Amino acid sequence: MSKNTGRTAYINARLIDPASKLDVKGTLLVEDGLITDLGPNVKPPEGAQVVDVRGACLAPGLVDMQVNTGEPGNEHKENFISLGEAAAAGGVTSVGCLPNTDPLIDNVASVSYIERRARQTKSVKCFPYAALTVGGECKEMTEMGLLAEAGAIGFTNGTRAVSNLKLLRRLLSYARSFDLLVLQPAMHPDLSEGAQMNGGALATHLGLAGLAPEAEPVQVMTDLRMAEASGARLHIGPISMAESADLIRKAKARGLKVTCSTCPQYFTLTENDVGDYRTFTKMMPPLRDDANRRAIAEAVADGTIHAPEDVDGKRLPFPQAAFGIVGLETLLPLSLTLVHEGKMKLPDLLARLTSGPADILRLKAGRLAKGAAADLVIFDTDAPWKILADKLRSKSKNTPYDGFPVMGRVKQTVVDGRSVFTDQAKAQAA
Amino acid sequence: MLLEHRHLLGIAELNAGEINTILDLAENYIEMNREPQRKGNRLKGRTVVNLFFEVSTRTRASFELAAMRLGADVINMDAEASSFRKGETLIDTAMTLNAMHIDVLVVRHPASGAVKLLSDKVNCSVINAGDGQHEHPTQALLDALAMRRRKKKLEGLNVVICGDVLHSRVARSNIFLLNKLGAQVRVVAPYTLLPRDVAQLGCEVHTRMETGLKNADIIMMLRLQKERMEGAFIPSAREYFHFFGLDRKKLAYAKPDALIMHPGPMNRGVEIDSEVADDIQRSMILEQVELGVAVRMACLDLLSRPLQRAGLAEAAQ
Repeated sequence: MSKNTGRTAYINARLIDPASKLDVKGTLLVEDGLITDLGPNVKPPEGAQVVDVRGACLAPGLVDMQVNTGEPGNEHKENFISLGEAAAAGGVTSVGCLPNTDPLIDNVASVSYIERRARQTKSVKCFPYAALTVGGECKEMTEMGLLAEAGAIGFTNGTRAVSNLKLLRRLLSYARSFDLLVLQPAMHPDLSEGAQMNGGALATHLGLAGLAPEAEPVQVMTDLRMAEASGARLHIGPISMAESADLIRKAKARGLKVTCSTCPQYFTLTENDVGDYRTFTKMMPPLRDDANRRAIAEAVADGTIHAPEDVDGKRLPFPQAAFGIVGLETLLPLSLTLVHEGKMKLPDLLARLTSGPADILRLKAGRLAKGAAADLVIFDTDAPWKILADKLRSKSKNTPYDGFPVMGRVKQTVVDGRSVFTDQAKAQAA
Repeated sequence: MLLEHRHLLGIAELNAGEINTILDLAENYIEMNREPQRKGNRLKGRTVVNLFFEVSTRTRASFELAAMRLGADVINMDAEASSFRKGETLIDTAMTLNAMHIDVLVVRHPASGAVKLLSDKVNCSVINAGDGQHEHPTQALLDALAMRRRKKKLEGLNVVICGDVLHSRVARSNIFLLNKLGAQVRVVAPYTLLPRDVAQLGCEVHTRMETGLKNADIIMMLRLQKERMEGAFIPSAREYFHFFGLDRKKLAYAKPDALIMHPGPMNRGVEIDSEVADDIQRSMILEQVELGVAVRMACLDLLSRPLQRAGLAEAAQ
């Protein structure tokens, strides 16, 4: 193995670039952190380090639009280092960091802080969001223009949607002036207050406070109408219901600049998985019934949903019954179930996980192209394994998938040409 | 020269010919105002009342001077001091003043349309000195006069109006006037400070100074009121100045001979940097104030001409 040439050749790869619809066997060359060439006829140059990926898929590193970092304020639960390790293990090379930390990211200094911490995090590229309103209170808007210049990729109040419509309208209008992205969670804060799980017969049977089924579509409907009125770029999500997917599908057909996302649990699990009060299934939005689950899978397949992501509102395992689950490491294998079930083709799924979210965030990421940063994931689509909570890298072990069998495993993750994760099983074999 | 109107309520009701008539007459008064002996007698014996329901320094002083220089008797009635504080309705005030046989009533009111309402109830001429967020016709006329004197004609000029268009009657009157005289109008502001469908009034909409000021001949900055700065319409004065405040750097996007206007009073360091506001090569701000008196003299003069004839006819009956 030659060293220090700064050149690496990944040979025998199934190269998939969703943006250019490339899906071909071949070689990809990396030099000084950039992709210099790729294709079926590319030969490794003299002195390059050669990595034989043995027929595995080589795709752009995944882009996860919404993660909670825990930093600043809750470093003991999750920080940029543990986040970076979890992301690397999941093949995620770019993440958007939600601003609902402690303190909230609502001023230029704190965006700069996140930027600086993110640069020190070598295993994943972190891009900060900033809050829409000062202190998260529904009063004053943040300095969105200056925050965007400081590096904020989008604006959101995190898990709590802005529900004061006069304020929301102004926030969206102001954001539109600078062509900024606004994120709203698909959940009406008044209607979701106190809810424990999906409202319905099961919640009644279990004696848990059920979430009114209209809490999600009411918010989605409102946000769509506000996006239409203001002309702003709006991203909604995560969504979990068929009704929400339909509303967004129709809005997009009308030409609205709106995008949305979901999380793997909404197309892999249902409320029945709440079973015997399993607190790991407590999340917002809650797990729904099977008809909704199938509709969300369908919406990912037909492109209504642009980006599955790990978000949950809260990665932090707050005492027992906090909302939220971890997801960075399980994002790819869980999403691959859509491919294994024949609902969509692999390049289309990868588009939702790479170029799709990168385009929404206007990041130079999610592409295999000459000159692009060598942010790569090498993975096996079919390798079967079981998700084990205590093997997860994230400091937070909150997952409803403990013992869940999946197919598809990340073998290696590369950021700017540097290998940031290598699957141990593979390393031993090699 | 005569105007077809008894009142001057807004630019919207004037045509290009009438606007030019006012501007031409105002040119004469500019000269007169620069003479040591500035007192004329065209309005000798006439009574002008300044009725201001909203505080104003320069507009009221400008009207007062204009009327005095034409030889009229002037009284000022301020909202603070008069009986509308005691609950008198606008109509009752109008009827009261009407009974005193005044000739011209100059009115400023915080509600859009209030001046029109008043004008329907009185026999004298009414000049709108600013009604709510509707019109401020004499400001647009003086702005036009300033532009015409410096740039020879308005036709084909690129005039950019920057700032709080949403709450600005000055912006509306200017957009109407500039369209009537063939200038190209642009507005630059964040969407929170732009009224809905403002483009339909006849202007191009921009949200960035870089594009909005390109090829500009005239840059008209609007005042941003304090209460709009605190998070509701814009996040902060700092952010506003960074993106929308006129400074040397942003001025460079405009034509090299672009001129700067401001209806006053200025917020230095919010919508305009002192350096450019005080640049005598580029700033027309003090010139605007000077021309304001001349324009208001022209308006008072023209409006009182038919009134005079009507008064004579009435007396003859």
